[in-house]
Amino acid sequence: MAAPYTKYLRMNRMPHMWCPGCGIGIIVKAMVRAFHALDWSTDDLALISGIGCTSRAPGYLDMNTLHTTHGRAISFATGIKFSRPDKHVVVISGDGDATAIGGNHLIHACRRNIDITLIIVNNYIYGMTGGQYSPTTPTGARAATTPWGNIDIPFDVAELAKGAGASYVARGHVGSGVQLERLIRGGLEHNGFAVIEALSNCHTQFGRRNRLADPIDLIDHISKKTINIRQAAKMSAEELEGKHVIGLLHKDEARKEYCEAYEQVIERAQAAS
Amino acid sequence: MDNTKEIKREVVFWPGNLVVAEAAIAAGCRFFAGYPITPSSEIAHVMSKRLPEVGGKFIQMEDEIAAMGAIIGASLTGEKTFTATSGPGFSLKQENIGYASFIEVPCVIVNVMRGGPSTGLPTALGQADVMQARWGTHGDRPVVALTPSYLDEVYMETIRAFNLAEILRMPVYVLIDEVLGHLSERLEIPDPSEYELLERPRPTVPPDEYQPYDSSRGDVPEMADYFTGYRWHTTGLNHDYTGFPTTDPAICQAEEERMERKVTNNIDKIEKYEEYMTEDAEIGVVSYGSTARAAMVAVNDARERGIKAGLLRPITLWPFPEEAARNLGQKVKCMIVPEANLGQMIYEVERVASCSGPVVGVNRIGGVPIYPGEILRKIEEFA
Repeated sequence: MAAPYTKYLRMNRMPHMWCPGCGIGIIVKAMVRAFHALDWSTDDLALISGIGCTSRAPGYLDMNTLHTTHGRAISFATGIKFSRPDKHVVVISGDGDATAIGGNHLIHACRRNIDITLIIVNNYIYGMTGGQYSPTTPTGARAATTPWGNIDIPFDVAELAKGAGASYVARGHVGSGVQLERLIRGGLEHNGFAVIEALSNCHTQFGRRNRLADPIDLIDHISKKTINIRQAAKMSAEELEGKHVIGLLHKDEARKEYCEAYEQVIERAQAAS
Repeated sequence: MDNTKEIKREVVFWPGNLVVAEAAIAAGCRFFAGYPITPSSEIAHVMSKRLPEVGGKFIQMEDEIAAMGAIIGASLTGEKTFTATSGPGFSLKQENIGYASFIEVPCVIVNVMRGGPSTGLPTALGQADVMQARWGTHGDRPVVALTPSYLDEVYMETIRAFNLAEILRMPVYVLIDEVLGHLSERLEIPDPSEYELLERPRPTVPPDEYQPYDSSRGDVPEMADYFTGYRWHTTGLNHDYTGFPTTDPAICQAEEERMERKVTNNIDKIEKYEEYMTEDAEIGVVSYGSTARAAMVAVNDARERGIKAGLLRPITLWPFPEEAARNLGQKVKCMIVPEANLGQMIYEVERVASCSGPVVGVNRIGGVPIYPGEILRKIEEFA
């Protein structure tokens, strides 16, 4: 679906600072289309980020936008949402920001089930700081700080979010912007903590060190590693080894949303006092 | 002030941490985020019970860093917010405190100081975070830190901390210590008619003309609440009047200097201290917080022995009451600086006082208060 992108973007902030061919643009466009489809006023939207390439996105979007400290975006967003539960709060964050330095905030926001939508742009690397390995860098991959290959075992971000209690978990990728839009929209509509992992290409920092320096090649490489959840259901664990299952992975509408639960605390406290 | 109205003061016997919490509610605070840490935790206990009673919000976050982030976020929606912590937690909050300073968001941080570096003495007194309060976060930024000594003063200074945070658009510290946090004292709760509650400057221009760091109407720019149509951006990167990043050296310099001016040009609104028997003093004692209570006793005891001692008690440690310290330093033959650390504020006294005689500390760590007798002995030594 086409959307009036310029209605949501701060065109006077262009050109953006991302590399040509960067997947973040595809993800931001999918997010904007999801906002547009829901017809939410930009006055009622807050977009919060931490530090990194992905975290520069809020500066380009014409809404209430906050570029915070490294890893801490979700805590700021929690203060905003808890203070104004009637408004829409979205966090956009990279893999290093959300799962390394911000990992503790991620799992506790999932556990709390506060109605915030978190988009994690997972490009398997620290891009802005110069290509160091992140918690999602594949085992064996080269990074600025794994010149002999990565020995770490990467996080499965979506499973982590699910295990921590997020009530909406989805994964998409930059090879399919239409699907991403649908998954993000689902997260925005969901009343609870929603995590959308968006697999993305950093050909500049990840690709160049791993023989995938061309953005198209890297997007193809990511696309080939994905498998739709419906197909995955028919496959064995061995067949799924090294694959990223994509689609809506988890949704629990019965779980109580945090701000609504606190409204009951206020009622109890006021009845007793 | 309406003099015809009857002023009702409730008389209570409360511990300091309860005083802080009730004063915050009286100041209009309706949002608290915290993390458990001794000896400040009772503040969170009270806020968790009292805030929902008055329709406010309490949240215990997963760590100190997140608690600081949450109060900044809530402040952006227009709420008066605060957090309470102690030494290690104060260290953890420093990066986000710097962020709040730089994006100019009002909030209050109460540090109930305890002993020692690292985990130190969690249940005992210390005053060793006062230089951290001034310089703890990286980079330059203005600082306001209030150091009350008595619980009625804790109440009023906590209210004043919220007012200063609002009118200066910046984080403000209340630095008390384990002794003040846990001692109980009789105090009269002031009637709300006895004090003002102040609010941050809000936009006087329509959204399409609004710039979040426009200083054309003063060094404290107008601040729009989130979700009111102003849709502004801010960042911890150096930014210009629009809120967007800049690396222009002249703009970076001008904006950081403007931030500093919020304090340096408002000293008359911020600075507060008590002078006790300083008019004819020959020995000047400078002390703050709970230690200043012992210093006051020592000054009285010295006077009984015929020694002309006087006390300067900073109630704002930052900005430091420089003129008062200089006036005292120029007339006394010695300055004595008792503090529950190995010597921190003494550097500031030495720097500004221009005292012709020695400036000596009375320092105690280990969690035990400095007794009046120890200060008196030092006064007698230099009399």
